[in-house]
Amino acid sequence: MSALLRAERISKAYGGVHALDGCTVVVQAGSITALIGPNGSGKTTLFNVITGYDRPDAGEVYYGGNKITGASPQRVFGAGIGRTFQLTRIFPRLTVLENMIVASQYTGEAYRFRNPLARAGGPADRHRAMELLEFTGIAGHAGKLAGTLSYGQRKLLELSYVLVADPAIVLLDEPAGGVNPSLINQLAERIRELNAAGKTFLIVEHNMEFVMGLCHHIAVLDYGTIVATGPPSVIRNDPRVLDAYLGTAEDDAEARDDGAG
Amino acid sequence: MTGQGDGAAAALVVDGLTAGYGGGDVLHDVSLTVAEGGIACVVGPNGCGKSTLLAAISGLLRPRLGSIAFRGEPLTGRSPRQVLRAGIVHVPQNHSLFREMTVGENIELGGYLLADRRRIARRRGEVEEMFPAVAGWADQKAGSLSGGQQRLVEFARCLMLDPALVILDEPSVGLAPKVLKTVFDAVRLMNANGKTILLVEQNARAGLALSSHGVVMENGRVRLAGSGREVLEHPEIGALYLGGSARPMQVPQE
Repeated sequence: MSALLRAERISKAYGGVHALDGCTVVVQAGSITALIGPNGSGKTTLFNVITGYDRPDAGEVYYGGNKITGASPQRVFGAGIGRTFQLTRIFPRLTVLENMIVASQYTGEAYRFRNPLARAGGPADRHRAMELLEFTGIAGHAGKLAGTLSYGQRKLLELSYVLVADPAIVLLDEPAGGVNPSLINQLAERIRELNAAGKTFLIVEHNMEFVMGLCHHIAVLDYGTIVATGPPSVIRNDPRVLDAYLGTAEDDAEARDDGAG
Repeated sequence: MTGQGDGAAAALVVDGLTAGYGGGDVLHDVSLTVAEGGIACVVGPNGCGKSTLLAAISGLLRPRLGSIAFRGEPLTGRSPRQVLRAGIVHVPQNHSLFREMTVGENIELGGYLLADRRRIARRRGEVEEMFPAVAGWADQKAGSLSGGQQRLVEFARCLMLDPALVILDEPSVGLAPKVLKTVFDAVRLMNANGKTILLVEQNARAGLALSSHGVVMENGRVRLAGSGREVLEHPEIGALYLGGSARPMQVPQE
Protein backbone atom coordinates (compact mmCIF):
# COMPACT_ATOMS: atom_id res chain seq x y z
CA MET A 1 0.00 0.00 0.00
CA SER A 2 1.08 3.57 -0.56
CA ALA A 3 0.09 6.75 1.18
CA LEU A 4 -2.79 8.52 -0.53
CA LEU A 5 -3.02 11.37 1.94
CA ARG A 6 -0.37 12.70 4.27
CA ALA A 7 -0.68 15.52 6.77
CA GLU A 8 2.84 16.15 8.00
CA ARG A 9 3.82 17.97 11.18
CA ILE A 10 0.72 20.16 11.09
CA SER A 11 0.46 22.93 13.66
CA LYS A 12 -2.46 25.26 14.05
CA ALA A 13 -3.24 27.68 16.87
CA TYR A 14 -6.32 29.76 17.50
CA GLY A 15 -5.38 32.67 19.72
CA GLY A 16 -3.07 31.06 22.25
CA VAL A 17 -4.59 27.60 21.99
CA HIS A 18 -2.61 24.99 20.07
CA ALA A 19 -5.34 22.97 18.39
CA LEU A 20 -2.73 21.00 16.45
CA ASP A 21 0.87 20.66 17.51
CA GLY A 22 3.13 18.92 15.01
CA CYS A 23 0.51 16.36 14.11
CA THR A 24 1.28 13.76 11.41
CA VAL A 25 -1.37 11.47 9.94
CA VAL A 26 -0.86 9.12 6.99
CA VAL A 27 -3.78 7.50 5.19
CA GLN A 28 -2.86 4.48 3.07
CA ALA A 29 -4.61 4.13 -0.29
CA GLY A 30 -7.47 1.67 -0.01
CA SER A 31 -7.68 1.82 3.79
CA ILE A 32 -10.41 2.78 6.20
CA THR A 33 -8.49 4.87 8.68
CA ALA A 34 -9.96 6.33 11.84
CA LEU A 35 -8.91 9.48 13.63
CA ILE A 36 -10.03 9.32 17.24
CA GLY A 37 -9.34 11.28 20.40
CA PRO A 38 -11.16 13.00 23.23
CA ASN A 39 -13.22 16.15 22.74
CA GLY A 40 -11.09 19.11 21.78
CA SER A 41 -8.09 17.02 20.77
CA GLY A 42 -7.97 18.61 17.29
CA LYS A 43 -9.73 16.11 15.03
CA THR A 44 -12.03 18.55 13.25
CA THR A 45 -9.23 21.11 13.00
CA LEU A 46 -7.13 18.52 11.17
CA PHE A 47 -10.03 17.84 8.80
CA ASN A 48 -10.34 21.58 8.20
CA VAL A 49 -6.63 21.87 7.44
CA ILE A 50 -6.68 18.91 5.05
CA THR A 51 -9.76 20.11 3.18
CA GLY A 52 -8.70 23.74 2.83
CA TYR A 53 -11.11 25.28 5.36
CA ASP A 54 -8.20 26.26 7.60
CA ARG A 55 -4.63 27.14 6.73
CA PRO A 56 -2.04 25.49 9.00
CA ASP A 57 0.57 27.61 10.79
CA ALA A 58 3.16 24.97 9.94
CA GLY A 59 3.34 21.63 8.16
CA GLU A 60 2.29 20.33 4.77
CA VAL A 61 -0.57 18.32 3.34
CA TYR A 62 0.16 15.94 0.45
CA TYR A 63 -2.39 14.20 -1.70
CA GLY A 64 -0.84 11.50 -3.85
CA GLY A 65 2.51 13.13 -4.56
CA ASN A 66 1.16 16.68 -4.69
CA LYS A 67 1.38 19.33 -2.06
CA ILE A 68 -2.11 20.74 -1.42
CA THR A 69 -1.37 22.81 1.69
CA GLY A 70 -3.50 25.93 1.72
CA ALA A 71 -5.48 25.01 -1.41
CA SER A 72 -9.08 26.24 -1.41
CA PRO A 73 -11.86 23.82 -0.38
CA GLN A 74 -13.05 23.78 -4.01
CA ARG A 75 -9.63 22.76 -5.30
CA VAL A 76 -9.23 20.10 -2.63
CA PHE A 77 -12.67 18.73 -3.46
CA GLY A 78 -11.93 18.87 -7.18
CA ALA A 79 -8.69 16.96 -6.61
CA GLY A 80 -10.68 14.02 -5.22
CA ILE A 81 -11.01 14.59 -1.49
CA GLY A 82 -14.64 14.53 -0.38
CA ARG A 83 -15.73 15.53 3.08
CA THR A 84 -18.79 15.52 5.32
CA PHE A 85 -19.36 17.66 8.36
CA GLN A 86 -20.07 16.86 11.99
CA LEU A 87 -23.24 18.94 11.78
CA THR A 88 -24.63 18.16 8.37
CA ARG A 89 -24.58 20.91 5.78
CA ILE A 90 -27.53 20.22 3.56
CA PHE A 91 -30.12 22.56 2.08
CA PRO A 92 -33.17 21.93 4.27
CA ARG A 93 -35.67 23.70 2.00
CA LEU A 94 -34.65 21.72 -1.08
CA THR A 95 -35.76 18.16 -1.65
CA VAL A 96 -33.33 15.31 -1.15
CA LEU A 97 -33.02 14.91 -4.92
CA GLU A 98 -32.52 18.65 -5.42
CA ASN A 99 -29.71 18.54 -2.88
CA MET A 100 -28.10 15.85 -4.98
CA ILE A 101 -28.51 17.92 -8.15
CA VAL A 102 -26.81 20.86 -6.43
CA ALA A 103 -23.93 18.54 -5.61
CA SER A 104 -23.69 17.40 -9.21
CA GLN A 105 -23.02 20.98 -10.31
CA TYR A 106 -19.73 20.76 -8.51
CA THR A 107 -18.43 17.77 -10.39
CA GLY A 108 -16.93 16.92 -13.72
CA GLU A 109 -14.07 18.21 -15.77
CA ALA A 110 -16.11 21.09 -17.10
CA TYR A 111 -16.48 22.71 -13.66
CA ARG A 112 -19.95 23.81 -14.57
CA PHE A 113 -20.20 25.66 -11.31
CA ARG A 114 -18.07 28.40 -12.82
CA ASN A 115 -20.98 29.15 -15.12
CA PRO A 116 -24.21 29.69 -13.24
CA LEU A 117 -26.22 29.32 -16.45
CA ALA A 118 -24.84 25.88 -17.24
CA ARG A 119 -27.46 23.20 -16.90
CA ALA A 120 -27.28 20.75 -14.09
CA GLY A 121 -29.97 18.33 -13.24
CA GLY A 122 -30.26 16.73 -16.66
CA PRO A 123 -31.33 13.10 -16.99
CA ALA A 124 -27.81 11.81 -16.45
CA ASP A 125 -27.38 13.79 -13.24
CA ARG A 126 -30.77 12.66 -11.96
CA HIS A 127 -30.08 9.07 -12.81
CA ARG A 128 -26.74 9.16 -11.02
CA ALA A 129 -28.33 10.94 -8.02
CA MET A 130 -31.05 8.31 -7.69
CA GLU A 131 -28.50 5.52 -7.98
CA LEU A 132 -26.54 6.97 -5.08
CA LEU A 133 -29.66 7.54 -2.97
CA GLU A 134 -30.60 3.93 -3.57
CA PHE A 135 -27.14 2.86 -2.57
CA THR A 136 -27.33 4.77 0.73
CA GLY A 137 -30.89 3.60 1.30
CA ILE A 138 -32.75 6.91 1.25
CA ALA A 139 -34.10 6.86 -2.32
CA GLY A 140 -37.60 6.52 -0.86
CA HIS A 141 -37.21 10.05 0.52
CA ALA A 142 -35.99 11.64 -2.74
CA GLY A 143 -39.02 13.92 -3.05
CA LYS A 144 -39.10 15.01 0.60
CA LEU A 145 -37.67 18.27 1.83
CA ALA A 146 -34.22 17.50 3.21
CA GLY A 147 -35.13 19.38 6.39
CA THR A 148 -37.71 16.73 7.24
CA LEU A 149 -35.18 13.89 7.31
CA SER A 150 -34.11 12.38 10.61
CA TYR A 151 -30.62 13.14 11.82
CA GLY A 152 -29.33 9.76 10.66
CA GLN A 153 -30.95 10.14 7.24
CA ARG A 154 -29.28 13.56 6.86
CA LYS A 155 -25.94 11.90 7.48
CA LEU A 156 -26.74 9.39 4.73
CA LEU A 157 -27.75 12.27 2.44
CA GLU A 158 -24.44 13.97 3.11
CA LEU A 159 -22.62 10.76 2.26
CA SER A 160 -24.64 10.45 -0.96
CA TYR A 161 -23.95 14.10 -1.71
CA VAL A 162 -20.20 13.67 -1.34
CA LEU A 163 -20.22 10.54 -3.52
CA VAL A 164 -21.67 12.49 -6.46
CA ALA A 165 -18.19 13.78 -7.18
CA ASP A 166 -16.76 10.24 -6.97
CA PRO A 167 -13.87 11.26 -4.72
CA ALA A 168 -10.93 8.91 -4.26
CA ILE A 169 -10.91 9.55 -0.53
CA VAL A 170 -13.81 10.46 1.70
CA LEU A 171 -13.37 12.22 5.03
CA LEU A 172 -16.30 11.60 7.37
CA ASP A 173 -16.71 13.79 10.46
CA GLU A 174 -18.67 11.83 13.09
CA PRO A 175 -20.84 9.88 10.65
CA ALA A 176 -22.41 7.83 13.45
CA GLY A 177 -22.93 10.67 15.93
CA GLY A 178 -26.58 10.89 16.94
CA VAL A 179 -27.57 8.18 14.46
CA ASN A 180 -29.73 5.28 15.62
CA PRO A 181 -28.10 1.83 15.79
CA SER A 182 -29.80 0.28 12.75
CA LEU A 183 -28.77 3.21 10.54
CA ILE A 184 -25.25 3.00 11.96
CA ASN A 185 -25.01 -0.60 10.78
CA GLN A 186 -26.35 0.39 7.38
CA LEU A 187 -23.78 3.18 7.19
CA ALA A 188 -20.92 0.84 8.13
CA GLU A 189 -22.05 -1.66 5.50
CA ARG A 190 -22.08 1.04 2.79
CA ILE A 191 -18.65 2.24 3.78
CA ARG A 192 -17.34 -1.33 3.59
CA GLU A 193 -18.80 -1.76 0.10
CA LEU A 194 -17.35 1.53 -1.12
CA ASN A 195 -14.02 0.58 0.35
CA ALA A 196 -14.13 -2.82 -1.37
CA ALA A 197 -14.74 -0.91 -4.61
CA GLY A 198 -11.55 1.07 -4.02
CA LYS A 199 -12.47 4.14 -2.01
CA THR A 200 -10.25 5.25 0.83
CA PHE A 201 -11.78 6.62 4.05
CA LEU A 202 -10.59 8.80 6.87
CA ILE A 203 -13.18 8.82 9.65
CA VAL A 204 -13.50 10.89 12.81
CA GLU A 205 -15.83 9.09 15.16
CA HIS A 206 -16.56 8.72 18.88
CA ASN A 207 -18.55 5.50 18.61
CA MET A 208 -15.84 3.00 19.47
CA GLU A 209 -17.78 -0.06 18.42
CA PHE A 210 -18.20 1.49 14.97
CA VAL A 211 -14.53 2.47 14.76
CA MET A 212 -13.12 -0.79 16.08
CA GLY A 213 -15.39 -2.88 13.88
CA LEU A 214 -14.89 -0.95 10.66
CA CYS A 215 -11.45 0.57 10.49
CA HIS A 216 -8.16 -1.05 9.52
CA HIS A 217 -5.99 1.55 11.06
CA ILE A 218 -6.47 4.06 13.85
CA ALA A 219 -4.62 7.25 14.72
CA VAL A 220 -5.21 8.74 18.18
CA LEU A 221 -5.02 12.48 18.76
CA ASP A 222 -4.56 14.07 22.17
CA TYR A 223 -3.86 17.77 22.69
CA GLY A 224 -3.17 18.19 18.99
CA THR A 225 -0.53 15.46 18.77
CA ILE A 226 -0.76 11.88 17.56
CA VAL A 227 -0.09 9.70 20.61
CA ALA A 228 -0.65 6.26 19.06
CA THR A 229 -1.29 4.58 15.72
CA GLY A 230 -2.08 1.00 14.82
CA PRO A 231 -4.81 -1.55 14.15
CA PRO A 232 -7.85 -1.65 16.50
CA SER A 233 -6.49 -4.61 18.50
CA VAL A 234 -3.37 -2.63 19.39
CA ILE A 235 -5.08 0.71 19.99
CA ARG A 236 -7.64 -0.82 22.32
CA ASN A 237 -4.88 -2.00 24.66
CA ASP A 238 -2.51 0.93 24.38
CA PRO A 239 -2.15 2.70 27.75
CA ARG A 240 -1.41 6.00 26.00
CA VAL A 241 -4.83 5.84 24.39
CA LEU A 242 -6.45 5.21 27.74
CA ASP A 243 -4.53 8.18 29.13
CA ALA A 244 -5.90 10.34 26.33
CA TYR A 245 -9.48 9.31 27.04
CA LEU A 246 -9.43 9.22 30.81
CA GLY A 247 -7.47 12.45 31.11
CA THR A 248 -4.61 13.32 33.37
CA ALA A 249 -4.76 13.88 37.09
CA GLU A 250 -4.26 17.45 38.27
CA ASP A 251 -0.62 16.99 39.32
CA ASP A 252 0.33 15.32 36.05
CA ALA A 253 -1.46 18.05 34.15
CA GLU A 254 0.72 20.63 35.84
CA ALA A 255 3.83 18.62 35.12
CA ARG A 256 2.82 18.37 31.48
CA ASP A 257 2.47 22.12 31.25
CA ASP A 258 5.76 22.80 32.98
CA GLY A 259 7.47 20.41 30.62
CA ALA A 260 5.97 22.11 27.61
CA GLY A 261 7.12 25.50 28.94
CA MET B 1 -19.90 -1.70 44.95
CA THR B 2 -22.50 0.88 45.73
CA GLY B 3 -20.99 2.28 48.91
CA GLN B 4 -21.29 5.96 49.52
CA GLY B 5 -19.41 6.03 52.80
CA ASP B 6 -21.26 5.17 55.97
CA GLY B 7 -23.49 7.54 57.77
CA ALA B 8 -23.72 10.26 55.12
CA ALA B 9 -27.35 11.10 54.40
CA ALA B 10 -28.46 11.12 50.79
CA ALA B 11 -29.02 14.63 49.43
CA LEU B 12 -30.04 13.76 45.87
CA VAL B 13 -31.60 10.45 44.97
CA VAL B 14 -32.17 9.60 41.31
CA ASP B 15 -33.99 6.33 40.89
CA GLY B 16 -34.63 4.38 37.71
CA LEU B 17 -34.53 7.40 35.41
CA THR B 18 -35.43 6.87 31.76
CA ALA B 19 -35.46 9.98 29.59
CA GLY B 20 -34.68 11.22 26.10
CA TYR B 21 -35.58 13.59 23.31
CA GLY B 22 -38.25 13.10 20.68
CA GLY B 23 -38.86 9.41 20.20
CA GLY B 24 -35.73 7.89 21.65
CA ASP B 25 -34.52 7.33 25.18
CA VAL B 26 -31.02 8.48 26.02
CA LEU B 27 -31.07 7.40 29.65
CA HIS B 28 -32.08 3.88 30.60
CA ASP B 29 -32.93 3.13 34.21
CA VAL B 30 -30.27 5.41 35.68
CA SER B 31 -29.95 5.48 39.45
CA LEU B 32 -27.57 7.66 41.40
CA THR B 33 -27.24 8.94 44.95
CA VAL B 34 -25.31 12.03 45.97
CA ALA B 35 -24.44 12.14 49.67
CA GLU B 36 -25.02 15.30 51.68
CA GLY B 37 -21.78 17.28 51.65
CA GLY B 38 -20.14 14.97 49.13
CA ILE B 39 -18.71 15.39 45.65
CA ALA B 40 -20.13 12.94 43.13
CA CYS B 41 -18.68 12.67 39.65
CA VAL B 42 -20.27 11.14 36.56
CA VAL B 43 -17.92 10.18 33.74
CA GLY B 44 -18.27 8.25 30.51
CA PRO B 45 -17.56 8.46 26.80
CA ASN B 46 -19.14 11.08 24.54
CA GLY B 47 -22.83 10.64 24.07
CA CYS B 48 -23.29 8.33 27.06
CA GLY B 49 -26.01 10.56 28.52
CA LYS B 50 -24.14 12.61 31.13
CA SER B 51 -25.54 15.99 30.12
CA THR B 52 -29.01 14.50 29.60
CA LEU B 53 -28.92 13.22 33.18
CA LEU B 54 -28.10 16.71 34.44
CA ALA B 55 -30.86 18.21 32.29
CA ALA B 56 -33.39 15.82 33.81
CA ILE B 57 -32.27 16.62 37.36
CA SER B 58 -32.48 20.38 36.88
CA GLY B 59 -35.92 20.26 35.27
CA LEU B 60 -34.85 21.07 31.71
CA LEU B 61 -36.00 17.66 30.50
CA ARG B 62 -39.01 15.76 31.83
CA PRO B 63 -38.14 12.12 32.46
CA ARG B 64 -40.34 9.39 31.02
CA LEU B 65 -39.88 7.02 33.95
CA GLY B 66 -38.22 7.11 37.34
CA SER B 67 -37.97 9.63 40.11
CA ILE B 68 -35.74 12.41 41.41
CA ALA B 69 -35.80 13.57 45.02
CA PHE B 70 -33.75 16.16 46.84
CA ARG B 71 -33.56 16.10 50.63
CA GLY B 72 -36.73 14.03 50.64
CA GLU B 73 -38.66 16.44 48.41
CA PRO B 74 -39.86 14.91 45.11
CA LEU B 75 -38.54 16.87 42.13
CA THR B 76 -39.58 14.66 39.21
CA GLY B 77 -41.10 16.74 36.45
CA ARG B 78 -40.61 20.05 38.28
CA SER B 79 -39.77 23.20 36.34
CA PRO B 80 -36.20 24.57 36.38
CA ARG B 81 -37.39 27.43 38.58
CA GLN B 82 -38.87 25.03 41.12
CA VAL B 83 -35.64 23.04 41.11
CA LEU B 84 -33.70 26.25 41.72
CA ARG B 85 -35.98 27.11 44.63
CA ALA B 86 -35.37 23.64 46.06
CA GLY B 87 -31.68 24.60 46.30
CA ILE B 88 -30.15 23.09 43.18
CA VAL B 89 -28.22 25.21 40.68
CA HIS B 90 -26.87 23.95 37.37
CA VAL B 91 -23.78 25.44 35.71
CA PRO B 92 -23.98 24.45 32.04
CA GLN B 93 -21.11 23.17 29.97
CA ASN B 94 -19.44 26.32 28.75
CA HIS B 95 -19.71 29.95 27.83
CA SER B 96 -22.82 30.68 29.83
CA LEU B 97 -21.74 34.19 30.82
CA PHE B 98 -23.12 37.26 29.08
CA ARG B 99 -19.91 38.35 27.40
CA GLU B 100 -20.85 41.98 26.84
CA MET B 101 -21.89 42.50 30.46
CA THR B 102 -19.49 43.08 33.32
CA VAL B 103 -18.47 40.35 35.70
CA GLY B 104 -20.37 42.13 38.49
CA GLU B 105 -23.56 42.28 36.41
CA ASN B 106 -23.21 38.61 35.52
CA ILE B 107 -22.87 37.67 39.16
CA GLU B 108 -25.89 39.72 40.20
CA LEU B 109 -27.95 38.01 37.51
CA GLY B 110 -27.35 34.80 39.43
CA GLY B 111 -29.57 36.24 42.14
CA TYR B 112 -32.53 36.89 39.87
CA LEU B 113 -34.85 34.88 42.07
CA LEU B 114 -34.04 37.22 44.96
CA ALA B 115 -36.58 40.03 44.95
CA ASP B 116 -34.76 42.31 47.32
CA ARG B 117 -31.81 44.40 46.08
CA ARG B 118 -30.26 44.48 49.53
CA ARG B 119 -30.26 40.71 49.66
CA ILE B 120 -28.63 40.61 46.25
CA ALA B 121 -25.94 43.02 47.41
CA ARG B 122 -25.37 41.03 50.58
CA ARG B 123 -25.13 37.72 48.72
CA ARG B 124 -22.75 39.26 46.20
CA GLY B 125 -20.53 40.39 49.06
CA GLU B 126 -20.51 36.88 50.52
CA VAL B 127 -19.79 35.28 47.17
CA GLU B 128 -16.96 37.72 46.45
CA GLU B 129 -15.52 36.97 49.84
CA MET B 130 -15.30 33.31 48.83
CA PHE B 131 -13.81 34.21 45.42
CA PRO B 132 -11.74 37.38 46.00
CA ALA B 133 -10.18 37.13 42.53
CA VAL B 134 -13.61 37.41 40.97
CA ALA B 135 -14.31 40.57 42.97
CA GLY B 136 -11.23 42.09 41.36
CA TRP B 137 -12.67 41.59 37.87
CA ALA B 138 -16.07 43.10 38.74
CA ASP B 139 -15.92 45.96 36.21
CA GLN B 140 -14.41 44.00 33.32
CA LYS B 141 -16.49 42.61 30.52
CA ALA B 142 -17.00 38.89 31.12
CA GLY B 143 -15.97 38.15 27.53
CA SER B 144 -12.53 39.64 28.14
CA LEU B 145 -11.63 36.98 30.74
CA SER B 146 -9.75 33.75 30.06
CA GLY B 147 -11.62 30.45 29.99
CA GLY B 148 -10.53 29.53 33.51
CA GLN B 149 -11.45 32.95 34.88
CA GLN B 150 -14.89 32.71 33.26
CA ARG B 151 -15.42 29.38 35.00
CA LEU B 152 -14.74 31.02 38.38
CA VAL B 153 -17.24 33.77 37.58
CA GLU B 154 -19.82 31.13 36.65
CA PHE B 155 -19.18 29.43 39.99
CA ALA B 156 -19.53 32.72 41.86
CA ARG B 157 -22.75 33.47 39.99
CA CYS B 158 -24.25 30.08 40.78
CA LEU B 159 -23.66 30.68 44.50
CA MET B 160 -25.82 33.82 44.55
CA LEU B 161 -28.88 31.76 45.49
CA ASP B 162 -26.90 30.00 48.23
CA PRO B 163 -27.74 26.57 46.81
CA ALA B 164 -27.38 23.31 48.72
CA LEU B 165 -26.41 21.33 45.59
CA VAL B 166 -24.23 22.66 42.77
CA ILE B 167 -24.34 20.79 39.47
CA LEU B 168 -21.34 21.35 37.19
CA ASP B 169 -21.30 20.15 33.59
CA GLU B 170 -17.71 19.49 32.51
CA PRO B 171 -15.99 22.31 34.39
CA SER B 172 -12.60 21.40 32.89
CA VAL B 173 -13.64 21.29 29.25
CA GLY B 174 -11.60 23.50 26.94
CA LEU B 175 -9.20 24.58 29.68
CA ALA B 176 -5.42 24.38 29.50
CA PRO B 177 -4.06 21.65 31.81
CA LYS B 178 -2.52 24.12 34.25
CA VAL B 179 -5.84 25.89 34.72
CA LEU B 180 -7.42 22.58 35.75
CA LYS B 181 -6.08 22.87 39.29
CA THR B 182 -7.40 26.42 39.70
CA VAL B 183 -10.87 25.34 38.64
CA PHE B 184 -10.86 22.17 40.72
CA ASP B 185 -9.55 24.12 43.72
CA ALA B 186 -12.63 26.29 43.33
CA VAL B 187 -14.84 23.19 43.32
CA ARG B 188 -13.15 21.98 46.51
CA LEU B 189 -13.62 25.44 48.03
CA MET B 190 -17.37 25.39 47.34
CA ASN B 191 -17.55 21.90 48.81
CA ALA B 192 -15.61 23.01 51.91
CA ASN B 193 -18.17 25.80 52.28
CA GLY B 194 -20.94 23.26 52.62
CA LYS B 195 -22.07 22.81 49.04
CA THR B 196 -22.86 19.31 47.87
CA ILE B 197 -21.44 18.88 44.36
CA LEU B 198 -22.52 16.79 41.41
CA LEU B 199 -20.22 17.11 38.46
CA VAL B 200 -19.90 15.59 35.05
CA GLU B 201 -16.33 15.38 33.78
CA GLN B 202 -14.68 14.51 30.49
CA ASN B 203 -11.37 14.30 32.35
CA ALA B 204 -12.32 11.12 34.19
CA ARG B 205 -9.11 10.72 36.16
CA ALA B 206 -9.03 14.25 37.52
CA GLY B 207 -12.78 14.26 38.17
CA LEU B 208 -12.85 10.92 40.00
CA ALA B 209 -9.76 11.79 42.03
CA LEU B 210 -11.56 14.90 43.27
CA SER B 211 -14.74 13.06 44.20
CA SER B 212 -16.03 10.99 47.08
CA HIS B 213 -18.37 9.07 44.78
CA GLY B 214 -17.95 8.08 41.14
CA VAL B 215 -20.24 6.76 38.44
CA VAL B 216 -19.31 5.58 34.94
CA MET B 217 -22.06 5.78 32.35
CA GLU B 218 -21.99 4.16 28.96
CA ASN B 219 -24.74 4.13 26.38
CA GLY B 220 -27.25 5.75 28.73
CA ARG B 221 -26.73 3.27 31.56
CA VAL B 222 -24.76 3.25 34.79
CA ARG B 223 -21.99 0.69 34.29
CA LEU B 224 -19.83 1.26 37.37
CA ALA B 225 -20.45 3.00 40.68
CA GLY B 226 -18.44 3.28 43.87
CA SER B 227 -16.02 5.56 45.63
CA GLY B 228 -14.07 7.84 43.31
CA ARG B 229 -10.96 5.75 43.86
CA GLU B 230 -12.71 2.41 43.38
CA VAL B 231 -14.10 3.51 40.05
CA LEU B 232 -10.83 5.10 38.94
CA GLU B 233 -8.96 1.87 39.60
CA HIS B 234 -11.60 -0.47 38.23
CA PRO B 235 -10.13 -2.70 35.48
CA GLU B 236 -13.23 -2.33 33.28
CA ILE B 237 -13.12 1.45 33.01
CA GLY B 238 -10.85 1.38 29.96
CA ALA B 239 -13.08 -1.06 28.13
CA LEU B 240 -16.05 1.23 28.75
CA TYR B 241 -14.24 4.04 26.97
CA LEU B 242 -12.48 2.12 24.22
CA GLY B 243 -14.97 -0.67 23.57
CA GLY B 244 -13.94 -4.26 23.32
CA SER B 245 -13.46 -6.48 26.28
CA ALA B 246 -16.36 -5.33 28.44
CA ARG B 247 -18.41 -8.40 27.47
CA PRO B 248 -19.58 -9.42 30.96
CA MET B 249 -21.04 -5.97 31.49
CA GLN B 250 -23.08 -5.87 28.33
CA VAL B 251 -26.80 -5.96 28.69
CA PRO B 252 -28.46 -8.80 26.79
CA GLN B 253 -30.28 -7.85 23.59
CA GLU B 254 -33.92 -7.07 24.09
